[in-house]
Amino acid sequence: MSDYLVQFNNISKFFGKVIALKDVTMKLRKGEIMCLLGDNGAGKSTLIKTLAGVHKPDEGEIIFEGEKIVFDSPKDALDIGIATVYQDLALVPLMSVTRNFFMGREPLKGPPFLKTFDIEKANKIAAERMGQIGIDVRDPSQAVGTMSGGERQCLAISRAIYFGAKVLVLDEPTSALGVHQASVVLKYIVKAASQGLAVILITHNVHHAYPVGNSFTVLNRGKSLGTYEKKDISREKLLSMMAGGEELDKLEVELKEMNRISS
Amino acid sequence: MSTKSKSIKSKTDFNQDERLKKVSNLKVLLNRPELGALGGAILVFIFFGIVAGDTGMFSAYGILNFLDVSANLGIIAIAAAMLMIGGEFDLSIGSMIGFAGICIAIPAIYWGWPLWMSIVFAFSMAVLVGYFNGILVVKTGLPSFIVTLAMLFILRGATLALTRLITGRTQVPGLRVLIENDPIAWIFATDTFKWVFTWLGSMNLIALRTDGTPLATGIPPSVIWFIALAILTTWILMKTRYGNWIFASGGDKNGANNVGVPVGRVKISLFIGTAVAATIFATIQVLDAGSADTMRGTLKELEAIAAAVVGGCLLTGGYGSAIGAAFGAIIFGTVSMGIFYTDVDTDWFKVFLGAMMLIAVIFNNYIRRKVTESK
Repeated sequence: MSDYLVQFNNISKFFGKVIALKDVTMKLRKGEIMCLLGDNGAGKSTLIKTLAGVHKPDEGEIIFEGEKIVFDSPKDALDIGIATVYQDLALVPLMSVTRNFFMGREPLKGPPFLKTFDIEKANKIAAERMGQIGIDVRDPSQAVGTMSGGERQCLAISRAIYFGAKVLVLDEPTSALGVHQASVVLKYIVKAASQGLAVILITHNVHHAYPVGNSFTVLNRGKSLGTYEKKDISREKLLSMMAGGEELDKLEVELKEMNRISS
Repeated sequence: MSTKSKSIKSKTDFNQDERLKKVSNLKVLLNRPELGALGGAILVFIFFGIVAGDTGMFSAYGILNFLDVSANLGIIAIAAAMLMIGGEFDLSIGSMIGFAGICIAIPAIYWGWPLWMSIVFAFSMAVLVGYFNGILVVKTGLPSFIVTLAMLFILRGATLALTRLITGRTQVPGLRVLIENDPIAWIFATDTFKWVFTWLGSMNLIALRTDGTPLATGIPPSVIWFIALAILTTWILMKTRYGNWIFASGGDKNGANNVGVPVGRVKISLFIGTAVAATIFATIQVLDAGSADTMRGTLKELEAIAAAVVGGCLLTGGYGSAIGAAFGAIIFGTVSMGIFYTDVDTDWFKVFLGAMMLIAVIFNNYIRRKVTESK
């Protein structure tokens, strides 16, 4: 019925007495970027791990392509096409671009029992894929350690897409990057979404999220403060929601007061 | 004129490659982990060529002699290197050599087993020991350094205690007579290419004994095993999926796990590899000497690790090469034998070994920084 690709309905997760997540609901269409915003400790990590199949939700349901599903392991999530790119990116700096790109899923050639890693094919695909995002890998056998942070992030995302991701969960993809690098990565995320992927972008940086997001979910202390379409919410409003609102409002009032006195 | 046009050409090349900085073949070579060991091995040969060129070190007999020593060390160094690339250590290699030796000797001499059965038994025990090491490291998450250090003592102690219990002594002789007509033992005990040496002898190209047979009778089995293992492991590392998993497991085990590499299984298999290599080493030596000694292989684990490090393996894992470890073993083997042909006191060999290793670690560390630094 619904045109949503994936729905997370009323997800809750408890660790003993601690309520890590309570009634978090998120819905994504194909080609949509949902930004999940929250300050430190808001429950972002727990939510990611629940999406990725590491944690099982204690309450709520996950509906993918109209069917209710339960993940027993991260592999289950990956198999249906929910790929999570963690902050550590799962890249090995000492290994080549190609070897990283195909790590764990190497293309093989040759007769049975004597199958070898088809490095030529792998090199070609890796260079091609990186080229599509505008990263010129002059030599796919160069070590990933020589790439910039943004390039590594793009490599990790590109790898997830190549291996069949339909929903891409990105954990703070821009947090460790400079302004230019971050914009390269964001551009790539938009491009990925325009090709039909659903993207969940987890970040605490509103300035990175606002330009690219179609909708925004704000998490605070394990609870969702609601999901907003871009047209319904301003950057400032998002920022103030994330920080707990009141505190910033109070600060604003105080600052105005100070300005009034000094002028 | 010609220089001018050349400089213009190189400039346009540069412009075309503005962002695609061309990496020269030399630099690619410099980035290979085994480069240091290869260079070292060449230097060692040049050195002994000058110092001991006319002493018989480079006669057929002399060459086979230092190749045999290198090959024996190389067999375990290659396995140690594979494990190091996979991110772990095995300090129990030396003890495993002693243990494997008596696993062959006691059943064959005291229990009347056929020799081949004892050899199969020793290899089965190696698989068990390696599996135990691996599963312990993988399941507990403890550093392999500690786990295998414990195994070093346990295996050596058990070897001594069991041998004394069963035989009343610490050495088991009498194996040589069993080798003949054994269906398996020849794999570890036969000199090959004998005809080449016989022919060379008949042409008076190599030194002969007084009875007219050549002094060097054939390529020792250790050398054949060494070469075969070096080729096999290099192929595995460079050309197979399992090889990629080894690099990944050592480079970042969490990352590798997240993308579906069975890190635990890879590591366990590598621990089995070192124990099996130790058993190959032990079988060759026991059959060559005709006896098993409970102390055989003492400190060999450290030599194997030293050779692997000289061969370019990083102590932190994820980087290195099997062929590098092979060159490392050749360096050590050649120097340890070559030193007899010089006026230098052989006591200095260990000084050399340590210094080599230190230089290698500093060099490797520099390479690693170069490879991983961001632009």
